[in-house]
Amino acid sequence: MQIYLPIAELSVNAFLLLGIGAGIGMLSGIFGVGGGFLMTPILMFIGISPSVAVATGANQLIASSVSGVLAHFRRRTVDIRMGVVLSLGGAVGSGLGVELFQLMRALGQVELFVALSYVIFLGGVGGLMLKESVGALLKARRGAPAPRRHHGWVHGLPFKMRFRQSKLYISAIPPFIIGMGVGVLAAIMGVGGGFLMVPAMIYLLGMPTAVVVGTSLFQIIFVTALTTYLHAAQNQTVDAVLALLLIVGGVIGAQIGARIGVRIRAESLRILLALLVLTVCGKIALDLVVTPTELYSIGAGPAK
Amino acid sequence: MKALALLLGLLVAASAAAQEERVIAALSQRAVGITATFTGSEIFIYGAVERGRFPDVRDDELDFVITVTGPRGPAPVRRKSRVLGVWTNTATVEIDEAPSFYAVAASGPLDEVLSETEDLRHRITIDKAVRVVGAAGPDADPADFQKALIRLRRESGAYAQSVARVQTIGRTLFQTRVDLPSNLVEGDYAARVFLLRDRKVVDVFETRIEVRKVGMERFLHELAFDQPRLYGVLSVVIALIAGWIASEVTRLLRR
Repeated sequence: MQIYLPIAELSVNAFLLLGIGAGIGMLSGIFGVGGGFLMTPILMFIGISPSVAVATGANQLIASSVSGVLAHFRRRTVDIRMGVVLSLGGAVGSGLGVELFQLMRALGQVELFVALSYVIFLGGVGGLMLKESVGALLKARRGAPAPRRHHGWVHGLPFKMRFRQSKLYISAIPPFIIGMGVGVLAAIMGVGGGFLMVPAMIYLLGMPTAVVVGTSLFQIIFVTALTTYLHAAQNQTVDAVLALLLIVGGVIGAQIGARIGVRIRAESLRILLALLVLTVCGKIALDLVVTPTELYSIGAGPAK
Repeated sequence: MKALALLLGLLVAASAAAQEERVIAALSQRAVGITATFTGSEIFIYGAVERGRFPDVRDDELDFVITVTGPRGPAPVRRKSRVLGVWTNTATVEIDEAPSFYAVAASGPLDEVLSETEDLRHRITIDKAVRVVGAAGPDADPADFQKALIRLRRESGAYAQSVARVQTIGRTLFQTRVDLPSNLVEGDYAARVFLLRDRKVVDVFETRIEVRKVGMERFLHELAFDQPRLYGVLSVVIALIAGWIASEVTRLLRR
């Protein structure tokens, strides 16, 4: 069944969109990530412009993060105080990111900008994750527990705050900066940034793993909501019909994924996720380097 | 003297009317509504030649060219080249006027039906309909970019030039079909019917097709562009509610 998307201005098969939503929902259910880093490239691949893909991807992430965070609230694994600090940083970052995105759109470099951001961040995080999880797996085989690392300099900064749920007494500056960085990414890549924030919270802030996912989801809701609003208000690139179809597909997929996820070992999951991230990164990098079949493209008309 | 002039004028008018040939046309649809399930549309254009005499052998040489033009506007065309090993947009040429949609149908090969001067005057073939006026950058030839735009839009079905798709019936009637693709842009589309004789335009009939989003599509698009802030807030609220519903449904299913 073809459906016409009012903002993207093209007609796409509704079941294809539901399927994409379900597929990514399933992966996010298995791995506990939002899947935005897969959503945006796939939407671009089926012919949706980068601007609409990024903005609508952020909109879809709100829904999946809300349903995720509610489950964490019930288990009391959300550090609200930390989440608020991260969100404040996220708000600043998201505003910066949308401005940057607009600038790149005016310069006609959105595609390159989005693609390069993907290659850098997915490549970096995927690589680290693979290295770390393979290491952890090997250590687990040898029977030694993986140590929790702390960075001393983080604890020397001012504006110290007590984060009870995280059992931390640290400066508010590092979480604010991490939140800001993730906010920028959300705006330019259409991702929630969980894949970046979760490792940052564990390794940079030293938060306990139990509260990390819930807290990051809590922050992602705020950042993606703000990003969606800013993209809609400034660029008019949020497609409500597209978002709704992806949300419905995603909800169904996430349920299936969550059931598969519990059957796989945590270390194996991390390795699989790392490989997935690296595959997406590799594909985007390849497209940048390989000679394209079509050198020309028609840009969007100038702003009216 | 006045009476004589009037009489002369009347005579001239009468003889002109006798020679004059006019084309009149009608469309199967005057308005196209883009709904949520819009998958493209087909417009049937038909009409006749109106003349003050019976058709005869002279009328075997009549030709028809029919064009449908979407809203015109500038379009930036970009070209990639390799910079530091990465392919990126390096050159941009602003095509001054390119219709979002353009279809030409003719009763014969266009170069046989239409003279170059008439083509230039009425901008009938695709090459003439897409205009580049402005000077290009130092390293870009605007003609390449114009050709690229036409090629890309032909591939996407937005531009079509088809020969022999106008059928003539007898010496008076004609008909054609124009396909409108699913990725249609909103706006006023102009349908033009050219009546040609000896590769010269004898008469032009012009009418308008309104292409509009309707129903939910219209509502959402207007909301997004007229009240972007409200639209943004609504998008967020809907996603929040959807997420909450999803979580509740999951909880019920788990029980």
